[in-house]
Amino acid sequence: MRIAWLELRRRPSRFVTATAILALLATLLMLLGGLLDGLLSGSTSAVAAQRGDLLVFSSTAEKSFVRSRIPPVQRATVAQVPGVAEVGGIGVAQLAARVPGKGPRDLADVALFGYELAPKGVPSPPGPGEAYADSSLERKGVRTGVTIEVGPARTPVKIVGTVNGLSYSDQGTLWSSADTWRMTINANLPEAGVGPGVFQALVVRVDPGADATAVAGRIDRATGGATESLTVSNAVDAIPGVSQQRSTFNQIIGVTVVIAVVVVALFFALLTVERTVLYGVLKALGATSGTLFGGVVLQGVVVTAIATAVGAGIALLLAAVIPPGTIPYTLLASRVLSSSLFLLFAAIFGCVFSLRRVLRIDPASAIGGGQ
Amino acid sequence: MTTVGQEQEQEQPTRPALEMVGVRKVYKMGDEEVVALDHATLMIGADEVVALLGPSGSGKTTLCSIAGGLLAPTAGSVVVGGQDITGYNAKRLAKFRQETVGFVFQSVNLVPFLTARENLLVVDQLGRRTGKAARDRADQLLEELGLADRRDNLPSQLSGGQRQRVAIGRSLMNEPLLVLFDEPTSALDTELGEQVMELIRTEMKSRGTAAVVVTHDERIVHYTDRTMHIVDGVLHA
Ligand SMILES: Nc1ncnc2c1ncn2[C@@H]1O[C@H](COP(=O)(O)OP(=O)(O)O)[C@@H](O)[C@H]1O
Ligand SMILES: [Mg+2]
Repeated sequence: MRIAWLELRRRPSRFVTATAILALLATLLMLLGGLLDGLLSGSTSAVAAQRGDLLVFSSTAEKSFVRSRIPPVQRATVAQVPGVAEVGGIGVAQLAARVPGKGPRDLADVALFGYELAPKGVPSPPGPGEAYADSSLERKGVRTGVTIEVGPARTPVKIVGTVNGLSYSDQGTLWSSADTWRMTINANLPEAGVGPGVFQALVVRVDPGADATAVAGRIDRATGGATESLTVSNAVDAIPGVSQQRSTFNQIIGVTVVIAVVVVALFFALLTVERTVLYGVLKALGATSGTLFGGVVLQGVVVTAIATAVGAGIALLLAAVIPPGTIPYTLLASRVLSSSLFLLFAAIFGCVFSLRRVLRIDPASAIGGGQ
Repeated sequence: MTTVGQEQEQEQPTRPALEMVGVRKVYKMGDEEVVALDHATLMIGADEVVALLGPSGSGKTTLCSIAGGLLAPTAGSVVVGGQDITGYNAKRLAKFRQETVGFVFQSVNLVPFLTARENLLVVDQLGRRTGKAARDRADQLLEELGLADRRDNLPSQLSGGQRQRVAIGRSLMNEPLLVLFDEPTSALDTELGEQVMELIRTEMKSRGTAAVVVTHDERIVHYTDRTMHIVDGVLHA
């Protein structure tokens, strides 16, 4: 182990190539993860932020807000279901808004939510005709104090505060009371026809300790199959494009990890071949295969750790340099951590390919060499 | 002291360093079998320095490898300093090599990125891990071998003779009962070879350590207590 460590310090040049390639792979891994998280956050963060266990849609709506309608009677039924602690209505209208001081063609795309139960990071519903705006809309001039005109009917909505990191379908969100939302959607999309007390979906909190999936089943039975209840994370996955994006990116990430395994495996297999004589001598002096393999793993882990740190540094730098609103790139600490763990796995797993070769080296090969 | 007392005092050190009885080694290469060593029976005293002389391919390296626990014999028994290693598995043999024997290989094979001193300390790291005691021992050995001012040099910065001396130091680090030298002078010129042999003899005799020096060079026998000849895998004492 100590010998392996000294080799790293005395002959760093031997490890530069592998470290550089792995650093590129680490960067790629975190970049891909950051893009995926950025894309996902753009289309799902408003739904993911719902402070509830279940979302209830009409069963005919195919898990989409636009097609879903929950009338007050159904809501009352849901509220009665054992295990349901709290129910709040929610609805969204995707519209373009005019911003004062901006040209008539320079519209801000907004997703106006009407809500009852405040999602994470959102205060309780504001007064009539008012809304909180996501900070991503500031680029478009939508900021606190401004009154924007939403949709073709130019429904005035006054911005009374800001929220952060909440988008839906890549649009910045507005958060208003249920009545403001109903008024806005009916004025601008008359065919939507949202009657009094009607919502698109319900956010349901279950009793502490209750099994959310079991409650979901009970809700759907209680409504006679008129509703489809899903967990918030399933509702996020049901947003169009989300699962496709996720699986595409995860495949690329998986391939990148496999490439990292191959790089480590090839590099250390080559090093092990080069060290056959040295390992023979060390075995003759009493080193076990375990000690020698431990040295290989140590070097693999150190090289990969340095590469991972470099990759994380580059990924963080990119996060700082990319102007907000251009490329959807969100570098989460959890993504850096999971990428690092993948690379650590690649380092150890890659080294395992050298184990057989280390085991096979015969200590007797050390003596009387050169005959 | 009486004669009896003297005999008792001598009891411990006179336990032979190496005893081989009926040792046979057969290498299998596909269908072909090579008998490298046959019916080898020998005994080497606790402080004896013995030359093993024979032509190339006669089985010298094979004998050394078996004596040092690098190879398992096909038949026969091997006892080193009273320890019967005949049936040892790979792991016990590794421990045995760590603790009991020293090797100097034909091609010197120092660790290229470690200094002379660190090359000696490798033995301690792989074995007993005594730390300070090992560092003192390494310094003392380097001093004895005339390498005190070379201790922080890498092998590439040393001459052939100096490297051979580092290898000798390494073989003595674990205070072995028996040191096996496989053609220690074959890569050196005559003068250097004689110096190294002189050094081997001095080091062994001052410690009372037994040694087998493998060679095909007749001149080496002047530095040893006794010579064993080997031809085609058969020993002639
Ligand atoms: N690993 C091996 N596999 C097959 N044959 C071997 C092996 N090592 C040595 N031999 C054969 O055994 C015989 C003795 O070899 P060796 O002990 O190396 O002789 P020496 O050291 O005296 O030159 C030779 O014929 C050699 O070819
Ligand atoms: Mg030989």
